[in-house]
Parts: sequence; C-alpha cells; structure tokens
Amino acid sequence: MSGTATKSPDAHAHQGFLRTYIFSLDHKMIGKQFLILGLTMLLLGGGLALLIRWQLAYPEKPLPLIGASEQFVTTGDPDSTSSWDRTWTEWLSKEEKEQNWLTRNVPQGVITPAFYNSLFTMHATIMIFFVVMPILVGCFGNFLIPLMIGTRDMAFPVLNMLSFWIAVIAGIIMIAGFFVPGGHAAAGWTSYTPLSSDPQWTGVDWGQNLWCISLIILGISSLMGSINYITTIINMRAPGMTLFRMPLAIWSLFIVAILLLLALPVLTAALAMLLFDRMAGTHFFAPSGGGEPLLWQHLFWFFGHPEVYILILPGMGIASEILAVFSRKPIFGYKAMVWAMVAIAFLGWIVWGHHMFQSGMNPALGTTFMVSTMLIAVPSAIKTFNWLGTLWGGNIRFTTPMLHALAFVSMFVIGGLSGIYMASTPVDIFIHDTYYIVAHIHYVVFGGSVFAIFGGIVFWFPKMFGRMMNEKLNKIHFWLTFLAFNGTFFPMHILGVGGHMRRIYNPLQYEFLKDLQPINIFISICAFVLGFTQLLFLFNMLYSIKRGKKAEDNPWQANTLEWMAIYPIPHGNFAALPTVYRGPYEYSSPEVEEDWLPQTKKLAASAHGNGHHG
Amino acid sequence: MLDWLPPNVSTYGGEIDFFFHVIYYITAVVFFLVAGAMIVFLIKYRYKEGRRATYTHGNTTLEIVWTTATFVAMLILALVSKPLWGRIKQHTPMTQSMVTVQVTAKQFNWEVLYPGPDGEFDTAADSTAGTLDDYQVDNDVHVPVNTVVRVILKSKDVIHSFFVPQARLKQDAVPGHTISAWFEITQPGKYEIPCAELCGFGHSGMLGQLYVHTPEEYEAWKNEKWPPAPVAAADSTNIEAPQQ
Repeated sequence: MSGTATKSPDAHAHQGFLRTYIFSLDHKMIGKQFLILGLTMLLLGGGLALLIRWQLAYPEKPLPLIGASEQFVTTGDPDSTSSWDRTWTEWLSKEEKEQNWLTRNVPQGVITPAFYNSLFTMHATIMIFFVVMPILVGCFGNFLIPLMIGTRDMAFPVLNMLSFWIAVIAGIIMIAGFFVPGGHAAAGWTSYTPLSSDPQWTGVDWGQNLWCISLIILGISSLMGSINYITTIINMRAPGMTLFRMPLAIWSLFIVAILLLLALPVLTAALAMLLFDRMAGTHFFAPSGGGEPLLWQHLFWFFGHPEVYILILPGMGIASEILAVFSRKPIFGYKAMVWAMVAIAFLGWIVWGHHMFQSGMNPALGTTFMVSTMLIAVPSAIKTFNWLGTLWGGNIRFTTPMLHALAFVSMFVIGGLSGIYMASTPVDIFIHDTYYIVAHIHYVVFGGSVFAIFGGIVFWFPKMFGRMMNEKLNKIHFWLTFLAFNGTFFPMHILGVGGHMRRIYNPLQYEFLKDLQPINIFISICAFVLGFTQLLFLFNMLYSIKRGKKAEDNPWQANTLEWMAIYPIPHGNFAALPTVYRGPYEYSSPEVEEDWLPQTKKLAASAHGNGHHG
Repeated sequence: MLDWLPPNVSTYGGEIDFFFHVIYYITAVVFFLVAGAMIVFLIKYRYKEGRRATYTHGNTTLEIVWTTATFVAMLILALVSKPLWGRIKQHTPMTQSMVTVQVTAKQFNWEVLYPGPDGEFDTAADSTAGTLDDYQVDNDVHVPVNTVVRVILKSKDVIHSFFVPQARLKQDAVPGHTISAWFEITQPGKYEIPCAELCGFGHSGMLGQLYVHTPEEYEAWKNEKWPPAPVAAADSTNIEAPQQ
C-alpha cells in the first residue's frame, strides 16, 4: 500500500487550489475530473452525430444557421438578400490555401463526402474512448472504488492523477486532428486497413496519424487506471469486506480493469503497426509489400470485442446497485451475477471473429465464432433474469435513477436480442454492414451504457456534490430521452432490414433505398430532440451543484459504504475505517425494523448477519 | 418489420430469410415475455407505504433452469445455422452450366471481367498463344437466370464489399486475396450491387448493376459484346492484352 493512502485524513487538510482542483491526488476529485472530461466530449460527439443525421435526412442540403441558400447550392447563383450567401461567396473566392476550415469541410454549408466520413469516424471514436470510457470507468471507477470498499484512496494516487491528465492530453491530440490539412481520420472508428494505412486511399494524412497517437496515449492512461483499480480492490478492502461482500458495481469495475489491462496492449500494438505502415514504410497490413489486411481486423477486434464489454459491464454493475436500492430487495442471485460477469470476461476473448464473418476470413472459422458468440448470450440472459428476479416481490420506488436503471435493462434486452441475428452466420450475410448493426450497437452502448451513466450520475450526485438534482427536470429529461432514443434507434433496425448500408453519405444514390428515406427523416428528427434534451441534463447538473436541495448523508437509504461517508467527504474519506459485517444488499432484512441494513451496522448477537452469501 | 426486406430473388436467399424469420419470432417472444414480466412486476410491486419487500437472495433451481434453457436454445440456433452457412460460403455448387465472372474492386468501381468464348480467364501465356478473348467492363454484371454464377472477387486498393441485397449475398473483396462467392438468381431483372464496406470518400455511390437475363437475352448479349472466339494462330502475337 502506498503511503498517502494510509495516512489519516488530517494529513490532507488545507491544500492549495492547484492541488485540490487541478493536480488533485484525491480519487473523488479525479473521478469528477473524468466526469467533466466525458461530458464535455459528449457535447462534441453528440454534435457530430447531429451533423451525420442532417446529411442522412437531407442529403447535400445546406446546414441550418450557417448554410447558404438552396438557390446558391443548386444553381450556383447567390441570393443577394442572404448574408450567408455573400459570406460564402467571399470565402469560396479565396485561393485554396487561404480558405478557412468551414469552406474546406462544409462549402456553402453542405457537408462534403470526405468530411462526412470524418464525422462518423470521430463520432464513434469520441463517444467510445472519450465519453463512455472516461465516465463509466474513469469517473465511477475512481469515485466509487475506494468509497465502496471502504478505504482512504486508490493504491497509487499519483498514478491516478497522471492517468487523468494523460487522458486530457490524448483528448487534445484527438481534437487537434480536426484542424490539420487533409482533415481528420476518415476510415471509420475501426480504421480497416489498407484504407487507413496509406494516405493515398483517403487523402487523410496527419488526421489518421494523430488518431493513432491519441489512442496510444489514451491506452497508457487506461493502463494506469486499471493497474490502480486492480491493486486497490485486491489489497485495500475494509476489514470484513470479503470479495463476495463487494457491491456488484465494484465487481464489474474489477473485471473491467482486468479486461483493460489485457486488451489495451493489443490495440496499442496494432496502432503502432498502423503508424509504422503510414510513416515508416513498413507493410504490416499492405499486400503490396507482402502484408495482410485482415491481420488488422483480427488485432482490432481481439481488442474490440472485450472493449464492448468494457463499455457495458460497469453499466450492469451500476444498474444492479440502483435496482436493489429502489426495489428495497437483495439482488436476486448475487453470486450468479458475479459468475455471469466472469463468464462474459472469459468468453469475450473468443468471439472477435463474429465481426469478420464476411471479411474473407476462412468461412470454417465462422462456425466456431458463431458457436462462441451464441454462448456469450447465456451470461447476459442470466443477468437479465436476475434483474427481473430482483424486481419481483420488491417495494419499487420510481425515482429517476431507478427509471434509468429500468431503461438500461429493457434497452439492453433489445440490444442483446438483436445481437442474435448477427451471431447467426447466414443471417449476418445480409445484415452485416447495414444499419441493423448501427441499431444494435446503439441499443447496447447508448440504451445500455449511457442510461446507466445517467442513472449513476443522478444516484451518486448527492455523494459527489452534496446536493440533490432537480427531480422534476430529471423526470422530463428521462422521458424525453427514453422516447427520442427509441424513436432514433429502433427504426434503424428497419433500415437495416431494408438493406441500408452503414457509412454511406447519400442514401438517395441507391434505387433500392429510396422507399426508406422517410424513415431516415423521422430518425433524424428524433435524433435532434434526443441531442438537445441532453442540454437539459447538463443544465440540471450545473444548476443543482449550485442551487440543488441539500442532500442528506444517505438520501436513498442505501446499504453500501459510500453512503456512510459524510459530505463533504475529506481527502481520506472516513474518519475511522469502516468494518463490514454483511453483504451489500440486505434490504428488507427481517433482522431490523427499517428496510435497509448498512454493511457497517453491527447487530447485537447477529447469528445470520452475513446474509446467505457472506 | 421483416416486410421491409427487399424481395428475394436468389436460391439460398429464401433460406436466409427463413432463419431471419425464425430468429425474429424467437426474439420477439422473448422480448415480450421479459418486458411483460417487467411491467407486471413494476405495477404489482410498486411502492406502497408500510409494505415490506420479499426478503430473498435468489433461487438456485431457477438459476440452473434458465441457464440451461438459454444454453441449449443458443447451441441449437448455432447448429441449425451452420449447414446453410456452409452451403453459401464454403462450397460453390459445381454445375455444368456454371458461369464465372471476375470482379475486381477499385476506388470506386467494380471492374467486371468475363472469360469470353473460351471460358478461361486469359493469362500472360495466352497473349503469346493469341487466345485473348476476355471481355471487361466497369460496373455491369450480366448473368443468365437460374444458373449458378461464381464470382471471383479481388481488389486493387482497399477492402470493398460486394453486396447484392435482393440475392442476400455479401462478401468482402480484400486486396491480396482472391475470394470466391456464388449466387443463383431465379428472376430476370436489374439489381443493384452497392459497395457495403467503407472504401474512401467515394464509397457512397460505388454502385454496380446486375443484369439477370433470360437464356435468349443472355446469348444475344454475349454475341453482341464478347469478342469472337480466337483462332489459336501462332502469328497473332501482336494482339494487345486487355487491361487488367
């Protein structure tokens, strides 16, 4: 154990502004910093998505607000009454070298095909690496692990601080890619080679290089975090906190940390090879020099499939916490839940080929990967049934965190079931590379992870900021998000069934997709509602941090250790380290009058105090 | 929802659609059961003042039942999917009348090569033998109806994907690989061949046309377009090789 973590809280008192807010060693502040990073990037990633949706609904039409008049775009004659037409005429009349960022990417307000490819590449990259991972793993991991296992801080606080600031550097490099000549990476977030490995195929030069460099750096940040999480959870649990008394959120973060530790080096290696191919003249992936394009796909998905579980497992953990608290019931099948996550973590390594059924990989392998993929549905089903079991016989309180957790479960069910279609190799022949896949991943990562993020933020807000979020605004935000989310992503299944390919710039170029265009317009309108609704959530957060109702120490009457820490939680967390007497979900226990029984509460002559899984 | 599928015109497409429907009904039933149970629980067990939740940590029998049931269902689904996959992707049916075309993908066109009257794709040796009779055209694939068509897929630059939605065929074309795919279409007509794998800024709109002809039409097209059968004469070495 490192020194800082074992000192008493007093040792941390009265630190300067820099040490408290910027280069903080306190896991709680670092968690909040990751939250700010994630939410800021959410605005960017969401904005990119709205641009994509504009183009798909109204292909090659000028954007609202900054676009030229339709007359100018279609005929080339500026409308003399439109000030934007005058501005565009002036901008476009300049020499190519002196043109600004807008004229290069959205001349006359119309998104170019090359910029469109950058948009969906960067939307996915930012959402996955700079929104969901920083918030689910960075924010909740940092904030919750020491509090929920009852310790003073992470095992390596300096490493923890570095982990955050390295992520910031990676983020800055990633954003810088938008402003280099040639534009940002445009080969998809999967960056299939040789499209990504040779600038001549995309015209993208430094954009793709920065993409690689940023993700290599971010990988270092994630490794630091994961080593910290694993060490902390193994070594620093409070007295009495056995592994099987750990909350499921901690179990999920523990397993995710192991996955990160094993998966990220694979990505880093692949990215380094890609960078060498681009900059040092190697031919790992270029057939012209004896390389193998499919090698990239194998390496990428060997990382990429565990990555999918990295994105969803913490959501499962968070949803489990919330469901137990607001059902006022112990988690149904706690150990089955843990083993299901362990099973997912193992099976997650042998399913990567299901991304490559149509890639030209030996089709005999397709069958193997189909079987393993079908099997990984089993632990997911176990979790779903246990969540239902948790609701059964409860005394369910419909708070906003609970609504988000319920949305998580139901949307995850849809995302899981839609996965079975593509697991079946013959069906995948048709739906591979269509919007069916886009629908599937958004049901898992938005319907799953992002609802868990909202639920988690509202749930732990009182512990993070000492105040409650505004419940009325939260409810409005939830229902608008839930409806607009389904309006946006459910019809994408229909597009996929219609054969609508992913990553196409203009669906109207295809005869067989013409009938689907009204669906594209409907999806885009829902997406705009979905996007702008999120501003309400951000407003509510900022408003509630300042003006929210002061929170009680344990506003949800929950059992786990973080609720025993008194706000404002000092650096060091607990005045005296807590002792744990039982599992985390002893709600409605017959041993006490109230319907909750904190893990730290010592009962006189408690014969069964450990619960059934102590 | 599956009414949105483009009408199927290939021999194996119907079988793919059958599996699509089977999985659709299975997943729909599972979804409505899970969502239904959830809604019932949410209503029945909603918060009531003074009521106490059931104190239970689970039920091992239930865990075993639903784990086994899902396991068996998933395994069956995988096993029944396997033969069809093998028929489509692993074994091209060898028939007497089989037609072969070579499709080479390049940014942003399908380069289509027909073997010509001799039924063989010409090689460098053919140019000395004077048997060059291949016919090449961009983006137009002409094939006869009710005939197995073997597509030899190559790529000159990046990965593309040969997609015929109405035939339920999709296969990536990978530089450095020669990949064989096949289809047999049962209805004459014109179908689109979009590229389904991101291949650069011109990916959208990379589009070929598949013309499926009746036997008579197909013969007429061949007679019109294909070069005449070469006379294997030793002195015709000056014939230019077709673009490869």
